[in-house]
Amino acid sequence: MIHFVVHEEGDGVGVVVVEGVKAGQKLAGWIMEDNKDVEVVAKGDIPIGHKLALRDYREGDTVIKYGVDIGRVVKPIAKGEHLHVHNVKTKRW
Amino acid sequence: MDLSKATFWGYKRENGRVGVRNHVLILPVDDLSNAAAQAVENNVKGTLAIPHPYGRLQFGADLELHFRTLIGAGSNPNVAAVVVICIEDTWAKKVADGIRATGKPVAHFGIEQHGDHDTIMRASRSAREFLQWASELRREERPLKDLWVSTKCGESDTTSGCGSNPTVGNAFDKMYPHGVTMVFGETTELTGGEHLVSARCRNDAVRKKFQFVFDRYQQVIERHKTSDLVDSQPTKGNIEGGLTTIEEKALGNIQKIGRKCVVDGVLDKAEAPSGPGLWFMDSSSAAAEMVTLCAAAGFSVHLFPTGQGNVIGNPILPVIKLSANPRTVRTMSEHIDVDVSGLLRKELSPDQAGDKLLECMFRTANGRLTAAEALGHREFVLTRLYESA
Repeated sequence: MIHFVVHEEGDGVGVVVVEGVKAGQKLAGWIMEDNKDVEVVAKGDIPIGHKLALRDYREGDTVIKYGVDIGRVVKPIAKGEHLHVHNVKTKRW
Repeated sequence: MDLSKATFWGYKRENGRVGVRNHVLILPVDDLSNAAAQAVENNVKGTLAIPHPYGRLQFGADLELHFRTLIGAGSNPNVAAVVVICIEDTWAKKVADGIRATGKPVAHFGIEQHGDHDTIMRASRSAREFLQWASELRREERPLKDLWVSTKCGESDTTSGCGSNPTVGNAFDKMYPHGVTMVFGETTELTGGEHLVSARCRNDAVRKKFQFVFDRYQQVIERHKTSDLVDSQPTKGNIEGGLTTIEEKALGNIQKIGRKCVVDGVLDKAEAPSGPGLWFMDSSSAAAEMVTLCAAAGFSVHLFPTGQGNVIGNPILPVIKLSANPRTVRTMSEHIDVDVSGLLRKELSPDQAGDKLLECMFRTANGRLTAAEALGHREFVLTRLYESA
């Protein structure tokens, strides 16, 4: 059972690909590009398609996905927490 | 899938292009002609009217784009013959003459000095003749390279970037060496990944042209924005689906051009490519606008990945929808032609997903109706550049 996928090793986020992920649940992840497994404990409920942090972030940090910068952290995020518009913003526009 | 000997069954047109549909189009040049066009469609069953809200008092580049889009739509090889209706005879003739360059049968009618009744009667006679003529055209077996394939994604979410978009990319990588003509676009939706597209350009001339249109569109955003576009890019649907920033959305979007294809050239909106390969078209990221521009540029089949479930279709261009989001596939199954959600469960390899999409593409090219066609989705949406005069 795969709960979340990661594009490539070094990415700081995973994408939840099943419905109903709950806080405290141990999640099995798959790093697609490198075909490796990874495990993270969810620190909140995370809807399908939404991201979870794979490391701790401080305000001002950059989030990497696909090996590329996808935005800046505006509120601290702990590993396993929901990472989305409430704590990450675009660096463009 | 070995595509070296791949073929499909299509309609060879007078100009050598090959279509996968056989429409007799009733084409209004302006908003005022929609009623007559739809009346003709109703009189002659099996014809296809494509109403739209524009065409009056446009000028300059915006008017040129309007004509290019209408003439392109009529010239598309999925169209067998066209009846053009316009309030004014001169513009009806202008659009009709543009389509006549393809060699296909075209008739045109102006409403002024005739009124709707007489126009509908005259146009219906032509439409009936064209329809019966077109009904005897037969499909013939053609090589894959005669297929022009466009792509654009919509209501994307994170599963688009890791599932459905790379599936299109896999299919594009497989088709590219066989001389297929392909296009992608969505200029602002490359923001954050534009350097990756730039690096894929064939040479410096193409790269320079790409960077020019990218920068131009960024200036449009800068000039008109009132926020960081949190309400538009990503869309509410994108955000609901888990996409957080335009950069993340763009990086997912770019997966559609695969890993091996080279960007061979840059097209203006609704501009037909001059040869095979992968083209970038400067275009809006709004689904119906972009797909309409692809139809106007002459593309004959469209690959449309969706995450949250965009329901789009197009009257001329069959839109094949694929999704990797298991919830969307479950809750919106009537809209999804290809389910690639197995990718995210390791049940389907990227290679298998690409083949699954290609198989559906060939069946669609051979005549199978897409979900959007079966459901009557005919979104024909013209791109406007600025206000009317």
